[in-house]
Amino acid sequence: MIWLSPDESEALHLSLSVALRSLVISVPAALIVAWILTRRRFLGHTLLDVVVHLPLVLPPVAVGYGLLLLFGARGPIGGWLKSALGIQLIFTRNGAALATAVMSFPLMVRAIRISLESIDRGLEDAARTLGAGAIDRLATITVPLMLPGLLAGVITAFSAALGEFGAVITFVSNIPGETRTLPLALYSALQEPGGEHAAARLAMLSVILGIGGLSVAEWFARRVRRMLGR
Amino acid sequence: MLSVTAVKQREAFRLDVSFDSPAPGVVALFGPSGCGKTTIVNIIAGLLRPDRGRVALGETVLFDRDLKIDVPAEKRGIGYVFQDARLFPHMNVAANLRFAERRAARTRVIGFDRVVGMLGLQPLMTRRVHQLSGGEKQRVAIGRALLTQPRLMLLDEPLASLDRERREEVLPYLETLRDQLGLPMVYVSHRFDEVLRLATRIVLMQSGSALAQGGIGTISLDRRLRAMIGPDSVGAVVDGTVLGREPGGGLLRVRIGSGELQVNAASPSGATLRVQMLARDIIVATRKPEFLSVRNHLKGIVTAVEDDGASDLISIDVGGGGGDGSGPTILARITKAATRELAIAPAKPVWALVKSVALRGVTSAGFPGE
Repeated sequence: MIWLSPDESEALHLSLSVALRSLVISVPAALIVAWILTRRRFLGHTLLDVVVHLPLVLPPVAVGYGLLLLFGARGPIGGWLKSALGIQLIFTRNGAALATAVMSFPLMVRAIRISLESIDRGLEDAARTLGAGAIDRLATITVPLMLPGLLAGVITAFSAALGEFGAVITFVSNIPGETRTLPLALYSALQEPGGEHAAARLAMLSVILGIGGLSVAEWFARRVRRMLGR
Repeated sequence: MLSVTAVKQREAFRLDVSFDSPAPGVVALFGPSGCGKTTIVNIIAGLLRPDRGRVALGETVLFDRDLKIDVPAEKRGIGYVFQDARLFPHMNVAANLRFAERRAARTRVIGFDRVVGMLGLQPLMTRRVHQLSGGEKQRVAIGRALLTQPRLMLLDEPLASLDRERREEVLPYLETLRDQLGLPMVYVSHRFDEVLRLATRIVLMQSGSALAQGGIGTISLDRRLRAMIGPDSVGAVVDGTVLGREPGGGLLRVRIGSGELQVNAASPSGATLRVQMLARDIIVATRKPEFLSVRNHLKGIVTAVEDDGASDLISIDVGGGGGDGSGPTILARITKAATRELAIAPAKPVWALVKSVALRGVTSAGFPGE
C-alpha cells in the first residue's frame, strides 16, 4: 500500500494476520460452545455461560496476565507446548492471536447463539418428516439458516480483534514486526515525542477498518432479513 | 389400517389414547384446543416418543415399546402438514418441493407434475416462501408432504391459521387428495364443519383421552359431541345416495334410509352425498303430513327421547326397519310440551319434516361412513 509508511503497513499487516489467526482458533471453539449452550441442558450450563462471558467483564490486562500464567514459558500449558511440540506463544504473533481469540470469544459465541436460536426448530422437524437424517438436516437446514448470522458475527468479532490491546500487550509484549499491531503501534507513537501525526494517521486507519467491517456485517444482517422476508 | 395406542405424561397433562382407522379414508381427531390432538400426531410421525404404547400402519410396526421398536421419523414414510406450514425460508417453492422429492424412500406413486397440477402450484414455483399467502403456503406444504410418497398423511389443523376465504380455497384440494389418491389421512381439527366435509371417521378427544370413535353418522348423534359443538350445531349427519334429478323441479333426489329427500345440488347418480339435518330444523309429526309447504319428510320410528335442557331431543330411525336403531338415525329438537301432548316415546312411528338440509360435501368415491 503506497500511501502507508513501511511501519504503518507492517502494523496493518500484522493486525490483519493476528485477527485472522484468532478466528482460526475462536470460530470452531465458539461454534461448539454456542451449540452446547443453545441445544443442550446440563448441570453446569450456567457456569459455562459465565466462564464464556468472563473476558467481556474482566480487565483485558487481567486476561493477558492469566494467559501469561497458563501459557508462559514456565506455565503448565506453555511449558508443555514448548517441550513437547516446540511451540512458543509468548512474544509471538500466534500468542497475540490467542489473546485476541480469548477476548473476542464472548462476542462470537453470542452472535452464533443468536443465529442458532433464531432458527425455528420446527423446520428441522419438518425436514425429518421429509426423510432428512441428522447430518442431512445439519447441512441443508441448520447451517444454511445460521450461516448469514454466523458470518455477521465473525466479521464483527474480526473487526473487534483488529483493535485488541490490553490482553495482547500483557501476554506477548510490544515487539515491532512480531506483535506490534495497529493499536500497539498507535500507543507507541503516542509515547514518542512528536508522534502525534503518526498516531493520528494510525487512528484514522483504525476508524476506516472499523467502519468497513461493520458495514460488511450489516450487509450480511440485511441479507438474512431479506431472505426470511422480514 | 392405522392403529395407535399411546400414553404420554407431560407435567400436568396426561395423554392416554387408543384408536384405529381402516384405510383408506380420513380419520378426524376432533376436540377442543389443548386436548392432545397434536401430541398424538407427533407420536404417529415419530417426532415425540410416548412413554408406552404401539403405533402400527398396516403390517409395519412403527413404534412398540415392549418390542423396543422405534422407527425414526425420517424413515417412517409419513407425510406431515403442519399448522404453520414450515416451508424452508431459504429455498423457493420449487426447491422446497424438490427437497421432499429427492428424499422419498419409496417408489414413486405420485409424480412431481401430478402434485403440482393437482394443487395448482405451477404459478408459485419460483416464489420465495415469504411471498406466499397463507393458503398458498399450505398448498405448497401439502404438495411437499405428498412428494415424500407417504403411506399416511398427517394434517394438523392445516386451515386453522387461515381466514374463511382461504379455508374455502384449500378445502377442495384436500377433498381431491382424499378422493383421487385414496391416501389414508389423519386430520386434526377443532372445527366441526371441516371435519364433516373431509372425515370418514371421527375420534372425539377431550383432555388427553378418546371419548368416542366411529363413523360420522354415529358420532354426530353422540351426546359428548353435542356438548362440544353447542345446541345450534347439533344434528344428524347422514350419507345419502343420489338417485337422480326430479323431472320438473330440477332438485336432486337423494335416498336417505328408506326415504327420500330433495336437495338443491349437482351430483351424478350413484354418488354419495353427505347431508346434515340440524335438530332444530326438524319438525315431528305423528301422522303423515298433508297440506304443508315443507316437501321433505322421512318416515321413521322413535328410538330415544332425551332430556336436553329446555327441550327434548328425539332420535328417529329412518332406516325403514323395526326401529332398532340399525338404520340411519336423525335427531329432532322439540319442546317438552310437544313430547307430552304427542305422546312421543320409543317405538312410536313418526314423520320427520326436514325444513332444510345442509350439504356437507360429496364423496364420489363413496367411502362408507362406518
